[in-house]
Amino acid sequence: MSIAAAQKRGFGAFLWDYLTTVDHKKIAHLYLVGGGFFFILGGLEALFIRIQLIAPENDFISAGLYNEMFTMHGTTMIFLAAMPLLLGLMNAVMPLQIGARDVAFPFLNSLGFWLFMFGGILLNCSWFLGGAPDAGWTAYTPLSAVSPTHGVDFYVLGLQISGAGTLMGGINFLATIVTMRAPGMTYMRMPLFTWTTFVTSTLILFAFPALTVGLFLLMFDRMFGSAFFDVALGGNSIIWQHLFWIFAHPEVYILILPVFGVFSEVIPTFSKKRLFGYTSMVFATMLIAFLGFMVWAHHMFTVGLGPVANAIFAIATMAIAVPTGIKIFNWLATMWGGSITINSAMLWSLGFIPSFTIGGMTGIMLASAVADYQYHDSYFVVAHFHYVIVGGVVFGLFAGLHYWWPKMFGRILNEKLGKIGFWLFFIGFHLTFFIQHFLGLMGMPRRYWVFLEDQGLDTGNLVSTIGTFLMAISATIFLINIIYTSVKGEKASADPFDGRSLEWAISSPPPYYNFKQLPLVRGLDPLWVEKMDGKDNLAPAEPLGDIHMPNSSILPFIISFGFFIAGFGFIYQTDHQAWNFAIFIGMGIALGSMLMRSLKDDHGYHISKAELEREAD
Amino acid sequence: MDNTNTNSFQKQKNKEEMKKQLITFVLMIGFTIVAFAIVATNAMDKMFAVPLLLILAVVQVGFQFYYFMHMKDRGHEFPSVMIYGGVFAAMLTIAALVAIVWW
Ligand code: HEM
Ligand SMILES: [Cu+2]
Repeated sequence: MSIAAAQKRGFGAFLWDYLTTVDHKKIAHLYLVGGGFFFILGGLEALFIRIQLIAPENDFISAGLYNEMFTMHGTTMIFLAAMPLLLGLMNAVMPLQIGARDVAFPFLNSLGFWLFMFGGILLNCSWFLGGAPDAGWTAYTPLSAVSPTHGVDFYVLGLQISGAGTLMGGINFLATIVTMRAPGMTYMRMPLFTWTTFVTSTLILFAFPALTVGLFLLMFDRMFGSAFFDVALGGNSIIWQHLFWIFAHPEVYILILPVFGVFSEVIPTFSKKRLFGYTSMVFATMLIAFLGFMVWAHHMFTVGLGPVANAIFAIATMAIAVPTGIKIFNWLATMWGGSITINSAMLWSLGFIPSFTIGGMTGIMLASAVADYQYHDSYFVVAHFHYVIVGGVVFGLFAGLHYWWPKMFGRILNEKLGKIGFWLFFIGFHLTFFIQHFLGLMGMPRRYWVFLEDQGLDTGNLVSTIGTFLMAISATIFLINIIYTSVKGEKASADPFDGRSLEWAISSPPPYYNFKQLPLVRGLDPLWVEKMDGKDNLAPAEPLGDIHMPNSSILPFIISFGFFIAGFGFIYQTDHQAWNFAIFIGMGIALGSMLMRSLKDDHGYHISKAELEREAD
Repeated sequence: MDNTNTNSFQKQKNKEEMKKQLITFVLMIGFTIVAFAIVATNAMDKMFAVPLLLILAVVQVGFQFYYFMHMKDRGHEFPSVMIYGGVFAAMLTIAALVAIVWW
């Protein structure tokens, strides 16, 4: 009885700790758990899609449900799985890599997470409340403006709320990297993962406003009788496509750049060589980001923009392949002549190179505007973006998780399970998506509920579905690996992989203040520099002194919860005026908590020098 | 920074800075009055009024950034890069919408 009570209190305290935390390392855990949860949801949706397409004229799920399935699969995977998982890795690692004690705005960091989480939950509530969104993850008007259920309303409000969270995350990382680098950590000494976090955050800052605006216009069209996209009333439905892609093309780079950073950490570490062409890697990253803003119309070649616009956007698109190619060659050159260790993290990185290159190649094919008339909206496009997103982003996430797991959780993931998981996934991935190139070239359109028998599509689709199950098994093995590791895993030392960057200079997991004394950085790959000088750690850049820490707070959770309630109000006030109360109450909660935060000074607390001295290294 | 030694130099600089701030402040108020006057009195054709208002607005934004928000001073390279990056992205968006959608 008493033990049960104690355990219960223990769990309550644990929960409260995470609900109120402003520590970047714990927020990283939250992002990984939240993103992981939505990754599983999105994966289940993918399974349903592929089971429906396992045979011609199948009716495993109805046509309407199928539309909801692929819409939610895309939306979930991009906004609620891939991005939060990446933000999780950034949160866990970036402050350590630059030698900081936390991010610049710890409170905002927590608010960003909770906004994302509540936005995602709001979006998924639609499943139980009369139907999920069904206009595709791209939500093209006029379809999305007239879709009769509340589904698209949930899409609009859910993404608006979680998008605000992401925007905050981006701004926070920018401020952190600009202002909180340890002494000696100049820009051109930052590890590549920090660089890509930086550039990605810039992309978030500039791209998300376009989505915000687009979503607001759609919201007003659907809820308040405006006609921005309604052609009959003088609107223009193409504007949505522009706004969406001005956001969504940079978004695909928001997804891929961070994992470019991951590979640029993993490959040098396990090749025992410094990254080949560091400077060119940095500038290639910037160039990709810059060009990424000038290519959005390659998603609209068949809209009828005219030959001039199409030609300009086609050439700009092809130009992006150049910096991307630079990166691929740099990774290959990094491995060249290195002493390579092949473990799970490295396997995912090695698997990434050919897979992503295939995706880039089909990208160039799609970039040819004339040819795109043939490929557009066919399974060829589906194959392309899964090669870049799964073969790039998902492989990168697995590589990063295997690599930084010991740093984040203090235990090393099981290698055997990791390797089995990789091979199952790698084979399953190519089985699923390689054949889709040919299905597309044979004319199979994307987003169709059924296909007909004997048109040469049967075998291909069967193979594709089989591959999906291999990936599902692999994902399950990864979950088993997590559980196995947390129970029986090998305890990690501070530096289990003989690493090069700052995060490996402190214990695994790091103490809550990260660095007792801020380190003095003497070069690129700072830890490696010291190792080569025969030292085992960095010299401190400051005397031991009090450390200023932020206080935990439940307010971010409450603010986000307020917007969540208000979201329901906005969605349902079209049915009945009484729902306006939900708007008022929700907004009241959110704005009231913000006011409280603004009026009440919170100066944080200090860890005293004496306390730090007491703790042994 | 040692205040006691650089005192007179600093004083001189502060004075100049104050003068600049005041001048820009007066100019901005002037611009605003001009803008309102143009619209209120119907003194100008629309063809002229709209571009003129835009120019006045851009100049005021410049004053705001460079004088009041100190972008003219050293150590503001990074904010400049970000702001011009943002302006670039916004201009692209507007240019595209104007050129492709409405033209
Ligand atoms: C060499 C670089 C790349 C080129 C040249 C390229 C080109 C293209 C083109 C032209 C399309 C439009 C096809 C159509 O709808 O007809 C497209 C679609 C797409 N690409 Fe890429 N791409 C590249 C890299 C990437 C990367 C790195 C990602 C993501 C990480 C990505 C994600 C997507 C997605 C999600 C779509 C489909 C969006 C949709 O319609 O739902 N691409 N790509
Ligand atoms: Cu694109």
